[in-house]
Amino acid sequence: MSRIQAVFEQLKLANRRALIPFITAGDPNPQFTVPLMHGMVAAGADLIELGVPFSDPMADGPTIQRASERALKHKVSLTNVLGMVAEFRRQDARTPVVLMGYANPIEAMGHEVFARLAAASGVDGVLTVDYPPEESAGFVSVLRQQNIDSIFLLAPTTTDARVEHVVRLASGFIYYVSLNGVTGAANLDVDDVALKVASIRRHTSLPIGVGFGVRDGATARAVGAIADAVVVGSRMVQEVENSSEAEVVANVGRLVAELRSAIDAQL
Amino acid sequence: MQKYDFPDVGGHFGQYGGIYMAETLIPAVEELRRQYLIFRDDPEFKAEFAYELKHYVGRPSPIYHARRLSEYVGGAQIYLKREDLNHTGAHKINNAIGQALLARRMGKKRVIAETGAGMHGVATATVAARFGMECIVYMGAEDIQRQAPNVFRMKLLGATVVPVESGSRTLKDACNEAIRDWVTNVDSTFYIFGTAAGPHPYPMMVRDFQCVIGNEARVQMPEMIGRQPDAVIACVGGGSNAIGIFHPFIEHESVRLIGVEAGGHGIGSGQHAAPLTANAKVGVLHGNKVYLMQDENGQIVETHSISAGLDYPGVGPEHCLLKDIGRAEYVAINDDEALLAFDALCRFEGIIPALESSHALAHAMKIAPGMDNNKVLLVNLSGRGDKDMNTVARLKGITL
Ligand SMILES: Cc1ncc(COP(=O)(O)O)c(C=O)c1O
Repeated sequence: MSRIQAVFEQLKLANRRALIPFITAGDPNPQFTVPLMHGMVAAGADLIELGVPFSDPMADGPTIQRASERALKHKVSLTNVLGMVAEFRRQDARTPVVLMGYANPIEAMGHEVFARLAAASGVDGVLTVDYPPEESAGFVSVLRQQNIDSIFLLAPTTTDARVEHVVRLASGFIYYVSLNGVTGAANLDVDDVALKVASIRRHTSLPIGVGFGVRDGATARAVGAIADAVVVGSRMVQEVENSSEAEVVANVGRLVAELRSAIDAQL
Repeated sequence: MQKYDFPDVGGHFGQYGGIYMAETLIPAVEELRRQYLIFRDDPEFKAEFAYELKHYVGRPSPIYHARRLSEYVGGAQIYLKREDLNHTGAHKINNAIGQALLARRMGKKRVIAETGAGMHGVATATVAARFGMECIVYMGAEDIQRQAPNVFRMKLLGATVVPVESGSRTLKDACNEAIRDWVTNVDSTFYIFGTAAGPHPYPMMVRDFQCVIGNEARVQMPEMIGRQPDAVIACVGGGSNAIGIFHPFIEHESVRLIGVEAGGHGIGSGQHAAPLTANAKVGVLHGNKVYLMQDENGQIVETHSISAGLDYPGVGPEHCLLKDIGRAEYVAINDDEALLAFDALCRFEGIIPALESSHALAHAMKIAPGMDNNKVLLVNLSGRGDKDMNTVARLKGITL
């Protein structure tokens, strides 16, 4: 059983929702990434989404764009990110790590090389924003050979027929993007999301995470009531951005703990 | 040669092209493809497109024998396909009209565009005014400076011009921002993409709309000289003017097709915008897989060209395929060579070309002397140079 599957099964038995915080690897600088990851796990993160910095983050709003820029100032490459995951794994063999990023750094490394190195580093899942199912059958099977899950996005615009197509390639969990927009937008409509999540469930038994637009305890709680996992991105990155280096790990941990208790409170 | 028939149903030109987009936009490009395929063969749509091209754009554009320039250069005769004479001053309007007609049929009242030199932005603002649509144009802050006259034109035409401050503040960043707008406003908005690149169906659709250039030339050349030219030469940014004039000539195997990229300070300097000539690694950006200027980690690198319209790290997928199969050749012309050609056309023919088009012209001037004077080079003069007055003046040390 994959680490991702194991975590979701445990949570299900406990009737709890997964909290998935996102940070960009190398932000604010490379030394902080592994401590931030451990800090988030200690504060209640169930799974970590680690952003791979890219020069042209087309699906991201200004907050995560700036995080990418900060990381790229330190020349953080995909190889470096895999190194960070490997370092994290030395102390944490349980918490799944999903890489989230864009196609070109993976293209540049090559699918096979990437899959092999990612598996060796302890990566559990890969979400590539600009690899839609139409272009990723080959990549998915290369990842599968290394027991790495392919996480796919579904969106409000996704038709039922496409959902059917996507869930056939997906494993680990499904990431439902709560709104039409870039990361960091703030107009998530919980009722719409509930309808869409229910309709996705008719096509798959995979756990469903919801992200984009989760800004605080209240939205986290509302999303936790309808989905299996709550993904928090820009709000985490904003905390990194607004914290001094001395305080960043503590501040990010505090935010995760806050979100954790908000999500758990309803149950 | 085997029958040339690209792209495939998924938008692939060999290994290039495709639809590498975020999920939110996939249904939108799918719908666009579906609608385009319907209207492409619809007699009413075709008639309306032809009408607009004739009465609004002023087509067909003439072909002009640049006699004095040819004499000055020596060797092959240089002919110009005068896209600079189109309404709004460049080939970009052919495509903008086509997409605006499609947008109207799809019920979209808001159009967005990216622009580099501003010619596509002006073309889009123009058709938006013509058809009563709201228009937002994304333009890199660096390009806003070097193409100031076009920014004013767009505003006069009622468009909102949004400066893009991220990244290299040029065309690629304007594309990123337009994509972000599209993903946010996907239900109401039609993205009028300016070149033969991006996710399927754009490379095919933009090519089809721009093929009017080559289709006309293929009839005009035999009328003028009794045969087809020996070579067709066009500048390549994303590749829309080039594919528009090349595509109808692909089956004429004796006609050489030469794409001219921006060599900037020279291929060796690394400061250029010539992914095909420099044999850049293949990668994925802006929805398609293409030759792409990048570092060893797959980060897109900053490009350089004096011409904003060529200052882009990628290139359309069909050019990638034409390079690989050897049906077209790709070369680069440096900034200073393009400027010399710019001056020469002004002085010998009384035509002020766009800096983009000056690249194509410069290559013709480079190879003509090595050819017999009964040979014919057809240069796609993709646009006029009015927009470049500030840039050229600055390079000459003159303040306007
Ligand atoms: C006059 C002119 N020619 C050429 C180009 C380059 O674009 P493409 O390669 O799509 O023709 C531009 C782009 O702005 C342009 O304005």
